[in-house]
Amino acid sequence: MAKHHVTATVNGETVEFLCETRQTLLEVLRDELQLTGTKEGCGTGDCGACSVTVNGRLVCSCLVLGVEAQGKSICTIEGMAQGEKLHPLQRKFLEHAALQCGVCTPGFLVAARSLLERNPDPSEAEVRYWLAGNLCRCTGYQKIVEAVLDAARELRGA
Amino acid sequence: MRYEAPKTLEAALALLVSREGQARVLAGGTDLLVQMRAGRAEPALLVDVKGIPEMTSIAEEGGAFRIGAAVPCMDLIDHPRLPAVWPGIIDGVKLIGSIQVKGRATMGGNLCNASPAADSVPGLIAAGATASIAGPKGRRELPVADFALGPGKTALAPDELLVSFLLPQRPPRSGDAYLRFTPRTEMDIAVAGAAVNLTLDAQSVCSAARVSLGAVAERALLVPEAAAALLGTRVDAAALERLGAAASAACRPIDDKRGTREFRTRVTGVLARRAAAIALERAKEAS
Repeated sequence: MAKHHVTATVNGETVEFLCETRQTLLEVLRDELQLTGTKEGCGTGDCGACSVTVNGRLVCSCLVLGVEAQGKSICTIEGMAQGEKLHPLQRKFLEHAALQCGVCTPGFLVAARSLLERNPDPSEAEVRYWLAGNLCRCTGYQKIVEAVLDAARELRGA
Repeated sequence: MRYEAPKTLEAALALLVSREGQARVLAGGTDLLVQMRAGRAEPALLVDVKGIPEMTSIAEEGGAFRIGAAVPCMDLIDHPRLPAVWPGIIDGVKLIGSIQVKGRATMGGNLCNASPAADSVPGLIAAGATASIAGPKGRRELPVADFALGPGKTALAPDELLVSFLLPQRPPRSGDAYLRFTPRTEMDIAVAGAAVNLTLDAQSVCSAARVSLGAVAERALLVPEAAAALLGTRVDAAALERLGAAASAACRPIDDKRGTREFRTRVTGVLARRAAAIALERAKEAS
């Protein structure tokens, strides 16, 4: 059957793409829109590497179909830095060495931003629970949690 | 594979009828897309129901809640009233997968997927929730307790659609709670679960109770014998002891890598007691 013609907003810009029913939003982002910052880990919603927001809701883009993006607003890791200026979360991940191989990092950053938009002053436990769906196989989670808490402090101006 | 996103129930039902079992309903997709990827589901048609207002909204109807079957868990958790009125339902909803999964997953999908370990189902059964089902012959209402028949099997015909849940109006001094056992606190599948919903009278005596158990049978169970242990009591230690014994007696679990039959049976009694104690506190706070 014919491909679906989808119009959506990605990181504030209107985009159009063609996709098959079977293609996930993750595949569309990476293969059709060349936005390869979003990573595929498990492909089954367990690891969070493909985290994006759809209309403000944090989701795994591997569990969303591309065709479902019609009319939706999607934010990916590519929309996080302002030009050369890193988002405070990105800067704090670097300062705290909260990454090694980096495959999980875009997902952690998108998920952490989603948390701080809801809750600018999360406790350590709240950070850990919110990020429970993001798996990192290199660093352990301590530095990631510290980076998120530090970024939250900076964003609050504390 | 075709994809359709009907805007009305009538259009959705017409699509389901047209494909005679070759169609699958797409709500949150957190089970279906995984099944498709694994080759366990190969539908000819996906019917995305998220464009149907009744399936994606939460409405209060004279103290009762009508919850669309395709409302994502995070919308339930973020609702201004629902978590305060039905905290036990939200206990279960909060345990479904990660924040990312909860951003998509729905109670309707959780029920239709018919896993005996589904975390939102015992709370719905304990609440006395009704499933509103639309089909070619019209609407029917079915207690959630009678919806799942066994692993992956439900009372839903291929041309029927689970539209919404009705949570009944709550009497004053009511509380509910759901607890499960898992080796990890997050991102895990229930080894056993228990939901308790109770109401106290003006003298703090339990005047109504419903108890539901998850992951200890082929489907979540409504256990009237366990509820009977609470009725007419102040939900004291002796009543909780009888509740736990009745809950364990109702278990008929499988033995698998996540838990032995003996362990599941025993821990279910503990979970029921603890859930009842939380429900009691919530009922007192609600008065």
